[in-house]
Amino acid sequence: MKKTFGGPALFLDRADINTDEIIPAKYLTEVTKEALTPYCLEDLKLEGFDPKGDELKRARVVVSRANFGCGSSREHAPWVFEVNDIHTIVAESYARIFRQNMFNCGMLAIELPAAEIQRLFDLEEAAAGKVEVEVHLKEQLLIARGNGREESFTFEISPFDKALVEAGGWVEYADARY
Amino acid sequence: MGQTTAEKIFAAHLRDEPFPGTRVLDIDRVLCHEITTPVAIADLEWRGKDRVFDTGKIKAVIDHVTPSKDSKTALQAKMLRDWAHRHQIKDFFDVGRNGVCHALFPEKGYIRPGFTVIMGDSHTCTHGAFGAFAAGVGTTDLEVGILKGVCAFREPTTIRVNLTGTLQAGVVAKDVILFVIGQLGVNGATDRVIEFHGPIVEAMSMDARMTLCNMAIEAGGTCGICQPDMTTVNYLWPFIQTEFANREAALAEYGKWCADADAQYEKVLNIDVSTLEPQVTFGFKPDCVKTVKEMAGTRVDQVYIGTCTNGRIEDLRQAAEVLKGRKIADSVRGIVSPATPKIFQEALAEGIIQIFMDAGFCVTNPTCGACLGMSNGVLAEGEVCASTSNRNFNGRMGKGGMVHLMSPASAAAAAITGVITDARTL
Repeated sequence: MKKTFGGPALFLDRADINTDEIIPAKYLTEVTKEALTPYCLEDLKLEGFDPKGDELKRARVVVSRANFGCGSSREHAPWVFEVNDIHTIVAESYARIFRQNMFNCGMLAIELPAAEIQRLFDLEEAAAGKVEVEVHLKEQLLIARGNGREESFTFEISPFDKALVEAGGWVEYADARY
Repeated sequence: MGQTTAEKIFAAHLRDEPFPGTRVLDIDRVLCHEITTPVAIADLEWRGKDRVFDTGKIKAVIDHVTPSKDSKTALQAKMLRDWAHRHQIKDFFDVGRNGVCHALFPEKGYIRPGFTVIMGDSHTCTHGAFGAFAAGVGTTDLEVGILKGVCAFREPTTIRVNLTGTLQAGVVAKDVILFVIGQLGVNGATDRVIEFHGPIVEAMSMDARMTLCNMAIEAGGTCGICQPDMTTVNYLWPFIQTEFANREAALAEYGKWCADADAQYEKVLNIDVSTLEPQVTFGFKPDCVKTVKEMAGTRVDQVYIGTCTNGRIEDLRQAAEVLKGRKIADSVRGIVSPATPKIFQEALAEGIIQIFMDAGFCVTNPTCGACLGMSNGVLAEGEVCASTSNRNFNGRMGKGGMVHLMSPASAAAAAITGVITDARTL
């Protein structure tokens, strides 16, 4: 099923956020995605971030720094975002498996250069955390609004990853083709 | 133009190139365990596509939490078990015959040079030790692998690591790979294959090569690859002797997967290991690496020897050599988990289990268990573990716990003194 993208953004200001922080291994004993819902980012220790807080509940987009999603191959990491209605991650770079898992689930792992990620964080500061992100996949355009300001960015996405998102994920795509 | 090992394997397995830069490969081995596979099975059932592409190319094991510790893990094991039986997957390893996937599957001879291997486990890169392209994937890639026998990759570029010089006594593959990760950084090899070359690798056993390749992912690497040679052939010989007239014939065949002399590399790292000291991690990222000397005296509460990195027989021998005739400190819990039943039996036969037990270690069955904080040695808040595993992320072995990664000998030394210790000084 095709996903929707964009919405209020949660800013996680650290590089190398790993999949153990996104969803601790002790919850990998669940066999449904939905059961993961309460545990999103539970082990992430970051100043000002509360995994039980309203900011995470409201968020539909996560913005972070380099090497997001490093570590384990667990698709539970994208799933825990998916079941919390976060279908878009915007970061400077990703670990390969996490990035592929996002696209395989029909979700977006958008990569922006460090300077543009910094502009997003600057906007967050100016807007006291209240930033809305709009994603136009076809145009590969990302617009962020906050504090009366608007920043726009174009992003690269490989035609394959775009096809996965448009197909709703890799199972649908591969099943139709192989 | 010459090709790297990964380029050769990609060219030989190319099924489709739906878009420039995207390679859909035929997969020789789809490996499954009970943590990441059940959701794929459930999804295939839900889609009305509960099928497998090839019962012989799929292998499955219950290894992360085994024997099951509670109802949830029992259900995961049952889902994998029922599925394996339903589809007549004969290479399915249940309790008593099971071991840590990245030790068990190579030991069974399932991995060959030139193979493509996927598994829903990030340390699948281990199997590159055989000259295979082996990559960890998520559950969706695994699901498509099970159903269709294909997986999509970006064509990876390759970083070549030349390891030269002479390793000092007591310095082993784990110290080498920790040092390499320290050099590359945790994302220094993202979307890249790390190809290991040089006399140090050539002299390494398959056990040591697996340790080396196992941690390629900790630098972000898709796969670590060693060049197939006579060591590879000798390891595989019991499984391949009917396929080849002699070992030289096998070597000639497998040698085709070696990188060409004029292969193109994105980067070449030349490392003379002659002055390398035993290494250990600090902090919460595997590229935070210091020498054991620099970290000496750091208190540990638990010592864990085992895992897909260092739970093989050579690792246990190295630890036992340090432990022999000694007792672990009163303040320390020592836990050892031989990675497979075969390794366990070898360790018994060699008197290694006796040495561990005499020293005061708890000997557990083969399992991933404590490495990822799931069972058999989870840390309490504030506790510190000297571990032969591969990840020191915050809370990895238990919420609020701290992990220092090191070699089996260094871990054994820490068990004896209760603090991080250079085993060579004991």
